[in-house]
Amino acid sequence: MFPFSFEWVWDTVHVVFHGGLWYAMSIMGMGMTFCIIKAAVDTYQGKGGHH
Amino acid sequence: MDSALIPKGVKRCPLPQFGAALMIVSAVLLWGVFAMLLVWFKGLNQTNMNNAYGFALWIWADLGVIALGGGAFFTGFLKYIVGKDELKNIINFAVLIGFICYSSALLILAIDIGQPLRGWFIFWHANVHSMLTEVAFCLSCYFGVLCIEYLPLVLENRQIDKVPFFHNLSHNMHEVMAVFAATGAFLSFFHQGSLGGVAGVMFGRPFGFREHILIWPYSFFLFTWSAAACGPCFTIFATKLTEKIAGKKLVKDNVIELLAKISGWMLFTYIIAKIIDTIYWANVTAPAMGFTLMDFYISSPGSFYGIWILILEVGVCGLVPALILITDKGRKTPALLWTAIILASIGVLLNRWVMVLQVLAVPVLTFETWNMYFPSWQEIATTILPIAYGIILVMISYRYMPIFPQEAELNPIEEPETAVTQDTEAGEEAKQAQEAELAPAKG
Repeated sequence: MFPFSFEWVWDTVHVVFHGGLWYAMSIMGMGMTFCIIKAAVDTYQGKGGHH
Repeated sequence: MDSALIPKGVKRCPLPQFGAALMIVSAVLLWGVFAMLLVWFKGLNQTNMNNAYGFALWIWADLGVIALGGGAFFTGFLKYIVGKDELKNIINFAVLIGFICYSSALLILAIDIGQPLRGWFIFWHANVHSMLTEVAFCLSCYFGVLCIEYLPLVLENRQIDKVPFFHNLSHNMHEVMAVFAATGAFLSFFHQGSLGGVAGVMFGRPFGFREHILIWPYSFFLFTWSAAACGPCFTIFATKLTEKIAGKKLVKDNVIELLAKISGWMLFTYIIAKIIDTIYWANVTAPAMGFTLMDFYISSPGSFYGIWILILEVGVCGLVPALILITDKGRKTPALLWTAIILASIGVLLNRWVMVLQVLAVPVLTFETWNMYFPSWQEIATTILPIAYGIILVMISYRYMPIFPQEAELNPIEEPETAVTQDTEAGEEAKQAQEAELAPAKG
């Protein structure tokens, strides 16, 4: 649920519950995005081709 | 046939033998899948759940595997946050066990909700006043973390690792793994706790109800504590069992002993807290609601919910393994270590059974009697399904991925002397032939 959903209420529990969910998902999403982009850049630069 | 996929420096059984073992376990898996499809197509009438048992075998199994999978978050916490670097030699297997346990928990939930197509409702139409919403959020997110932690193992397969992009991705994921491990520890703390909190807030069920610290009942903390204590015990148990089946040592003793020691102290402190909680609940909380301790247990001998269940959970499967694991001799004696890790794993499963099923069995109103329940074969089959799935995943991961970093060192492969000699002779002959071919050209 996002703040633009009709069920959303601006109160502490909604902010804490969903804030925690988005926070965790953001860390995972950003972490994986960083790893994938860095892997692509490293591969482009010829790193990791030791085999 | 599949030797190109097997990690370097380790030996595995022949492919036909592996395939045969896989087929036997797959037969059990298919039985579970058949039962699962029955439930999905025909509905929850395939179960023996009723108005008294809205939570039944599946929820117990769910809570059980989540507690046993606690080894992943706690070992990760110890390795990446506390800095116990020795645990790097068992963390891969702990992650694998955690991955199996949490994917199993989600599968069981997908069966239990009856209509899995509406599973996403809990995220979109969330009831923010329910502890189970927090469980659903944290459980799903933590499963995402476990997928991220498991992925580098898959990418380290010999053939996949040859692709530079996958090699770099695996390397980069290892670099930032501490961030994911910290996120996993945070999520696990809350969902493990909230599973205990569900029973603790039910004031209409005095057997489960506990006093609170702010909004969290004591059972919230006890559940997290017990998962952190018994989860690593199950990881050790699974490691030892894999060693027995593989017929070789896979992890050095110092690593097992360190994890067993930490787990032992966690279990010891947990069981002290549990005893205090039980005494307070029996003498203060329950009497305030009009109950005595013995109202929660059937007094006739041989009863399923006799007082023996409390003694077994707290004493035999709690205090005994804790005392074994905190002593140096206990950890170093294989028979005692086996006893402790098995008892601790049974203990946490028993605790979850009591907190899910005994809560519902105990009569609350004066005209009620004990509610008894026996699961249908479909419930049993779908509960065994994750075990078969877990065995298959362990078999495949062990065969094709570098799950145990110390395996090659502990089990060096000795080349047969004749083969080495033959190779050397063949090499010499090839060299001479090459020189003979080059000689006219030089001339």
